[in-house]
Amino acid sequence: MTQFIENLINGLSLGSYYALIALGYTMVYGILKFINFAHANIFMLGAWFSWMIATQFGWTDADSISPIISIPVVMIGSMLLCGILGVVIEKLAYSPLRNADRLNILITAIGVSLLLENASQLDKLFGTQPERMPVLFNNSTVLEILGAQLLMVDLIGITLAIFLMLILNFLIFHTKLGSAMRAVSFSHQNASLMGISPNYIIALTFFIGSTLAAAAGFLYSTKYVALNAPGTEGWVLLGIKAFVAAVVGGIGNIKGAVVGGVLIGVLEIFGASYLSSQYRDLYVFVVLIVVLLVKPTGIFGKPEREKV
Amino acid sequence: MPAEELNTQQSPLKNFLRSTVPLASGILLAIILLGMDEGAFPGFMSLTGFYSKVLKDIGIAIILAVSLNIVNGYTGQFSLGHAGFMAIGAYTSVLVTFYGSFAIWGEPNIREPFAEDGFILLTQFGPGDLLFLGALLAGGLTAAIMGYIVGLPSLRLRGDYLAIVTLGFGEIVRVIFQNTNQVIRKSEEFEQASFFDILQALGGPYFSGAPFYTNLFWIYLFVAITIIVAYRLKYSSSGRAFLSIRDDEIAAESMGVNTAKYKVRAFVISAFFAGIAGGLFAHLIGVTLNPKELAFIKSVEIVIFVVLGGMGSITGSVVAATGLTILPELLRDLAQYRMIIYALLLIIVMIFRPQGIFGLNEISDVYRWIKRKMFSSKSGNAKPPDSSPPDGDKEVSS
Repeated sequence: MTQFIENLINGLSLGSYYALIALGYTMVYGILKFINFAHANIFMLGAWFSWMIATQFGWTDADSISPIISIPVVMIGSMLLCGILGVVIEKLAYSPLRNADRLNILITAIGVSLLLENASQLDKLFGTQPERMPVLFNNSTVLEILGAQLLMVDLIGITLAIFLMLILNFLIFHTKLGSAMRAVSFSHQNASLMGISPNYIIALTFFIGSTLAAAAGFLYSTKYVALNAPGTEGWVLLGIKAFVAAVVGGIGNIKGAVVGGVLIGVLEIFGASYLSSQYRDLYVFVVLIVVLLVKPTGIFGKPEREKV
Repeated sequence: MPAEELNTQQSPLKNFLRSTVPLASGILLAIILLGMDEGAFPGFMSLTGFYSKVLKDIGIAIILAVSLNIVNGYTGQFSLGHAGFMAIGAYTSVLVTFYGSFAIWGEPNIREPFAEDGFILLTQFGPGDLLFLGALLAGGLTAAIMGYIVGLPSLRLRGDYLAIVTLGFGEIVRVIFQNTNQVIRKSEEFEQASFFDILQALGGPYFSGAPFYTNLFWIYLFVAITIIVAYRLKYSSSGRAFLSIRDDEIAAESMGVNTAKYKVRAFVISAFFAGIAGGLFAHLIGVTLNPKELAFIKSVEIVIFVVLGGMGSITGSVVAATGLTILPELLRDLAQYRMIIYALLLIIVMIFRPQGIFGLNEISDVYRWIKRKMFSSKSGNAKPPDSSPPDGDKEVSS
């Protein structure tokens, strides 16, 4: 039972990171109908920017600075950097292809992804050595449930993730800006007839998606402190899994991204724990293939009708 | 009109030549390359180790690019899992050569040639090479079967989704191969091992001990075969079906093209050659066959070859594969920047010339285009209205 609770906590933690990343994928797909392969790299850069900010300020542990200051500064700083990066990518690489073939945009997205991965490995930037993220708070046990420890890091991770998702939900469903975003996802032309600038909304979507991915990156770095070098296999896999989560939940659907993320996170941890941990990466792909064959639009997705 | 005037049939001689000359010249080229590599020719016609290696890499890259072109280029199905087929071919062929030679001759690597000197084909090859040929074909066949299985989901999934499924497939293959058991080396163990044990003993992270059977002959033999098959395919009814699916699947279906059949066919053929390339690759690097080299990144590299060269153009794939294999060697100092340059190239090509260098054209089309451009004064320019005499029953064209 202890193991079950532990796995559940880890799964929910991992799942909340996947959910935040999946939200970015899903929002961009909803608006532009294309899969931004580079989103996973934004997540990776979110983690590395967090490391960069924390080390630049010289914050090495919970004693050098109060977590109430350090956590928001690092997280928001990394979110802003990634948000801006997301907008820049959109303007330079994706907007020239706004009306092109879907295949071309997909290939461009792969190109951007490769560019980010390899550029961040340059010596001038983050290099090829793994680094350790400073632990900015006291990672004590918050409470014990049936023998399993709920650690501070999981509590913070899950709480912050839920907090961000609630903000996003409020933004999209209860504000005028959110209505504008939803309008653009239905039809760019009609939205522009109503006085909404699709370019602005698209840039905003990329910004928000990237900030969420960066937040996920920061939270991930608090839990899995040893950061692999940028562009290595570990990050690529994480990105792919988050993407699978978005697809499984129904790409284009906000609820789906969250549910998909948590589901994939839990499945991965449970699979690794109860089945074989060697094939950890396999479970996620198997789930993907099963979902795509049985219900390609995902759990909450609506079937898209192809007009001739 | 008398029937003799309508000579629409080509002479049997021409047909015979057209069917045999390409393959024969391919085989001849392969033999010559092998000779150059093994020092059969004097001085200037020999290849040093470096050039030899580069040529081998180029050959394998060409097979991979041209085979992917069949799925991505002709049929427009975006597959990101080509490395998975390559891996299947690699490991199947290694299984056959390594354990097969165990079974037949009692030890893993037989490299004795048929004869000690004389005709090059006899000195360079031995019974082990016949096993190698069988292994390559087995690898290709297994990959083709997997191609069938992977091709089936493609019937229901469009563009982005198919890309993800093929990506997932490639990664699943890699993870499976990475988690296999150690290679069986002792003959006692081998006697006792069951077939399933052997299937699982593929070395895990490294398969050390694949014999070095690959040489320039084998590589370029299959380069020739792949190019010929791709070319024949493109200008056949299957090829037209593929291209129609690429252009507009719904229109093709409504014109009676069985899209399901052709999509799966594209995957199977493409996977077969990828498997062959995998087998050649495995026996080239031999000692360090490593599933990580056959992962998603490799698939992406091959996609870059095809996209850059032109999706649907064999010439394009060959040129891009050659160029992008040589480029890292030339830019050794800039090795850090290699992938960055590739990535930038990809983005720039997609924005400014999405059809790639060659588009759908082959070298013959380019030749015709050049001829047209050089002689453009003779045709194509608008003539002034009344310079040509009135001609009653000719169609006026401008």
